[in-house]
Amino acid sequence: MAVVGILAIGQTLIILTAGVDLSNGSVMAFGTIVMTKLAVMHGMNPFVAIALGIAACLGFGVLNGLLVTVLRLPPFIVTLGTLNIAFALTHIYSNEETIANLPDPVVFFGNTFHFAGTTITYGAVLAVALTLLTWFVLTKTVAGRHVYATGNNPDAARLAGVRTRRVLIGVYATAGLLYGIAALVLVGRTGVGDPQAGQSGNLDSITAVVVGGTSLFGGRGSVLGTLVGTLIVGIFRNGLQLMGVAAIYQFLITGILVILAVAVDQLSRRSRA
Amino acid sequence: MSAVEARVPVLEARGLVKRYGVVTALDGADFDLFAGEIVAVIGDNGAGKSTLIKALSGAIEPDRGEILLNGTPVHFRNPLEARRNGIETVYQDLALAPALDIAENLFLGREVRRRDIIGTLLRVTDRPRMLREARAHIADLKINVRSMKQPVETLSGGQRQGVAVARAAAFASRVVIMDEPTAALGVRESGMVLDLIRTVRARGTPVVLISHNMPQVFEIADRLHVMRLGRRVATITPASHTMTEAVALMTGASSFQGKEG
Repeated sequence: MAVVGILAIGQTLIILTAGVDLSNGSVMAFGTIVMTKLAVMHGMNPFVAIALGIAACLGFGVLNGLLVTVLRLPPFIVTLGTLNIAFALTHIYSNEETIANLPDPVVFFGNTFHFAGTTITYGAVLAVALTLLTWFVLTKTVAGRHVYATGNNPDAARLAGVRTRRVLIGVYATAGLLYGIAALVLVGRTGVGDPQAGQSGNLDSITAVVVGGTSLFGGRGSVLGTLVGTLIVGIFRNGLQLMGVAAIYQFLITGILVILAVAVDQLSRRSRA
Repeated sequence: MSAVEARVPVLEARGLVKRYGVVTALDGADFDLFAGEIVAVIGDNGAGKSTLIKALSGAIEPDRGEILLNGTPVHFRNPLEARRNGIETVYQDLALAPALDIAENLFLGREVRRRDIIGTLLRVTDRPRMLREARAHIADLKINVRSMKQPVETLSGGQRQGVAVARAAAFASRVVIMDEPTAALGVRESGMVLDLIRTVRARGTPVVLISHNMPQVFEIADRLHVMRLGRRVATITPASHTMTEAVALMTGASSFQGKEG
């Protein structure tokens, strides 16, 4: 849940600007392969390997941002393209091999501690901390308010002096950075660098964002809602699993949940107009 | 009116030319606006009103000619530069962000930051101060809204235009430009916006206004700048000419020159 939670923070930022990111899961997978392969096969200092893995994800974020702003391509198409590019690079670079025997720093976020009778991973703590940090930036800072304004009415924002391109590039870059952090948390949880990882990351994160009440039309929503959305989707799935419901029904129910959430958004929008 | 003639216009344009391919939108257009007045720019469709206004507000750069602010030549490459020189524009399509509240819209692009270290370093906004100042600006123009925390989308068309005008008036140190400020509004709300425009003038900021609505223009403007084929063909006043004469000038049916007040 921590991994989807962090991916969903980045997804929230992008959806707030009326965009969408289909590439986040594959970008994250690419990040995991870069950091694990550099640390294990090239014997690089694990911290440098982690930094380079995160930088690779950041690079994809910047690429998405530039394509959306400079070439003015729709985010859907841009991130569909980078999804495939990241997917291909992941498989080429990893030779389709899973990378194991990772050094301790790389798997740190999979460690757990006990608090109030439950076991908590450091990754989950990080996900919550990043959510709160993002909430602070979005609601209290100039940059955050510009994200909302740019998503809500880009022309008004531009005419009012907001540098909307810069806002968009910043949003996609920040999202990329977050995917890199998600990659690190994922490696901690699974203990390996897996080229097959993250394939449902895009849909899971979009589900969490939408169930959390953020509008796909941009400018409305909250990253705290996304945290709730992540928990709802996660608990739902976990609960269904514990009840012995077959995995395929979980997909069915998640699908219905997404459509319901978008329908509620759409209807409330129509009633406002 | 010789006293007026001797004064330096707040905003002046001389011989503006703007071509789009083979179309000449402005063909040597002149313009002037003096302190304390409302000037309406009127003209038929395609006469160059919008292009003139865009040049004055920095939305386009004219190919030739010059714009003077208090007698000093200025050159605006974008609307931001015009704004920095004290020229605020209210755009026709109500350039507000509907999901943001009134205070946020008033300060959009000009957010007030906290004066302490987190304000400087993290660019954290000073929300209480913006709410307070927004309340003062809105009260100043007697716009009737309940709370500064109300999203703009919950307001009526007239109230929204009020917020847009308040934003322009709050930050315009020299000129407020309005592009069809009442086009989307009903009769009662139009009246409200016209009152607002008078209030802005009374507070010392001259206003340039584009409108198609002749009765409205004659009601509110001190002077009418008549455009035809990319040029100013006359400057008239509601006292010197009738509406029919103004329309004749716009369409070219009459070519007599405007007499000053």
